Amino acid sequence: MNGFLKTSQLPYCKGCGHDLIAKKSAEALEKLEYAPLDVIVVTDIGCHGIIDKCLNTHTVHGLHGRSVALGAGISFGIENPGKKVLVFIGDGGSTIGLQHIMEAARLNLNMSVVVHNNMLYGMTGGQTSGLTPRGFCTTTSADGNPFAGYDICELAHTAGAAYSSRIMGVGDISGELTEAFSVEGFSLTEIMEICPSYGVKLNPRRKLAEIVESSGRKTGVWKNERTGFVLEQGKKCNDLMEELKEVENDFPARLKGNLSLVLSGSAGEGIQSAATLLAKAAMRSGCHVTQKGSYPVTVGVGFSTAEVNISTEPINFHGIGVPDVAIITSEDGLTHSKKRIEGMKGGMLFLDDSLDAPSTGAEVIKRDFRSVGARSACLYAVFYFAMHTKLVDTEAIFMTIEESGMAAKMPLDKIKEKIQA
Amino acid sequence: MQKTSNERKVLIDGSRLITESMARAGADSFIGYPITPANLLYLYASRRMPLMLSAPDEITTLQWMSGLSATGKIPVTATSFPGFALMIESVNMAFMMELPMVIVLVQRLGPATGTATCGAQGDIPLLKGMISGGHQLPVLCTSDFNDCWKLSAKAVHLAVELRTPVVLLTSKEEVMTQKSFSTGVLDAIEPVSRSFYRGKEPYRSYNVERDELVPPFLPVTAGKWQVRLNASTHDKNGILQHSNDEAIGNTVRLERKARETLSGYTFYELDEQEGAGTLLVSYGITASAARDAVKRMREKGKKVSLLVPKTILPAPAIYSEIIGKYKKVVIAEENINAQFADLLFGTRIPSSISIVGSAGRMITPPEILNEEECV
Repeated sequence: MNGFLKTSQLPYCKGCGHDLIAKKSAEALEKLEYAPLDVIVVTDIGCHGIIDKCLNTHTVHGLHGRSVALGAGISFGIENPGKKVLVFIGDGGSTIGLQHIMEAARLNLNMSVVVHNNMLYGMTGGQTSGLTPRGFCTTTSADGNPFAGYDICELAHTAGAAYSSRIMGVGDISGELTEAFSVEGFSLTEIMEICPSYGVKLNPRRKLAEIVESSGRKTGVWKNERTGFVLEQGKKCNDLMEELKEVENDFPARLKGNLSLVLSGSAGEGIQSAATLLAKAAMRSGCHVTQKGSYPVTVGVGFSTAEVNISTEPINFHGIGVPDVAIITSEDGLTHSKKRIEGMKGGMLFLDDSLDAPSTGAEVIKRDFRSVGARSACLYAVFYFAMHTKLVDTEAIFMTIEESGMAAKMPLDKIKEKIQA
Repeated sequence: MQKTSNERKVLIDGSRLITESMARAGADSFIGYPITPANLLYLYASRRMPLMLSAPDEITTLQWMSGLSATGKIPVTATSFPGFALMIESVNMAFMMELPMVIVLVQRLGPATGTATCGAQGDIPLLKGMISGGHQLPVLCTSDFNDCWKLSAKAVHLAVELRTPVVLLTSKEEVMTQKSFSTGVLDAIEPVSRSFYRGKEPYRSYNVERDELVPPFLPVTAGKWQVRLNASTHDKNGILQHSNDEAIGNTVRLERKARETLSGYTFYELDEQEGAGTLLVSYGITASAARDAVKRMREKGKKVSLLVPKTILPAPAIYSEIIGKYKKVVIAEENINAQFADLLFGTRIPSSISIVGSAGRMITPPEILNEEECV
């Protein structure tokens, strides 16, 4: 017993390797001159996790298989390098929480993990885990596990752990643990044991060393020369509100009442940015606006539809069923918005002249919107709508583009020429 | 009241308001995993939160948040149903460990992966039943941009004050739609004031004084006293117990904590019109249509009142009391199984209540209320 343990009578079955691991871990921490409250021991569900009450360290007892992720979170939050995060986990927990181990190893987080590998789920009745060796008998593999187990050390090493080791859970392992716990960055130590309640009974006459050897596993240490995790954050913004550009009210009011527009085309053809420009230009005339996008989950293919409301009154509900104006610049857009266009009993449909107008009560206005290039077709259509209806000032759209810094990427001269013609 | 800035007219979405509000209220870290329609929150948080980390999955997200919270940080994440479903066991853990954090749940059309880019209001039953044992954690729901600002800050304060995870419920249509907005209407946000245990006696992680319901907090980085956090049934020291009186008493306290402090975080909007016999009830995204519906009816000379619940869980009793005063009640929400009415009344929904619902599209103002329904 030392300062890390409250008692030498640990709550484990006679012959269980967990008893040895807890005691030798305590010795290792003491050798490294940690004080008990410098250490946060994170455990989870499994026999290893019942050690908490015997420890004088801080203890965090979480969910089955998640202790590495929980310990990682603690590691991220620790600003004092004198603190130590020590995670205990079993072979079952390592199976369900494998991703967490890989992630902590990849990032080389400053923490040490001890895998209590007794080759089965001891707490729940001796079932097969992902680390159970081929041929090892468990309550659910009475004839021996037909599959090889994960090599957790190799996985952690490949993922980038600074230090991975496998040791036999017999004798004085405090030296090996001291080395593992002193690593800067991520260390994982797999300790091989046999569960006295299930493993010994179900595998009579087999010895630990023979089982480990026959599974092809070797004891040893595997290192990656890396420095421990350092939290690096990119440039931060101190105020998300201040970085938003104010939209000036610098154009005379044009619209009276409300106007709803649907702009529909193909993904990647600038539908959403054209809608945003239209909305901002309308704001410059003192209008209230809303703008939302609708598209399939695939980002770069299929339709892209934007809905814009413009009103002289504040807008609560921003949904649009049948719009006052539809702007359609591609077949994808026409297909997606066809039902709405067919429902229009009036209003205007601005349609690329390559498309056939569906049956609609709207006035159909066809132009060669795609002639300025597919990516600018909707922008041209928005300008044409503004010029044609005079409900939004074309100059307000031009100014909004200039101020956005996007002008160089747009064929504005060509569009100007077109709308003036 | 102090304003955050001069009157500035901007085109803004709810995600930006929520993120900025939480940062000002004291949230200092964000763990992200991509999911539509919550991605704007992740994007803004990556630039605004002092600490931002990209997790490899949603279970890890909640575990990392819990670890950060254990060290005294106030973490936030944003997700939608599929991600939230993966988080639930870990949310239970954070609830049991009593770790402050905020989860922004952006609703989208289900079931399963449903339609990621289509809004919905379908997650109340999930939120009501997510903690094993039927316990409740606070769920606040935004109904407009002002709520995105005010309730987000409240969620951060509440998480710290009650030492609990808090869910901020919203939907795709609120966090991805841009609207013209005057920043001058936004109130200043007070950062949460946080104090840690300073007692002379050894710290016990789940010990409360007399009638108190929230134990003082101490991070696991403390140097003076031992801190024990535990997701399993535990006593006041945080030691795992099977079911002794002290441990069950602790679990009972968790049940009482959210419910008996509810009056301190019961938020709703009640626009009552004198002489009205009809009450319209709507929350979240559908509240915007409800406000328009009420306006239309009043312009036609009809009398109607409006209730917009913002504290969804635990369900405050005041909602049933208000509803009980009206001859005719319409509850509108974007689902097809009357989730809010079910929350308040179960299978015995009073005959005075009619339900307006939809799947896969926003409910429009004319659908909610017609002139004949105004009594």
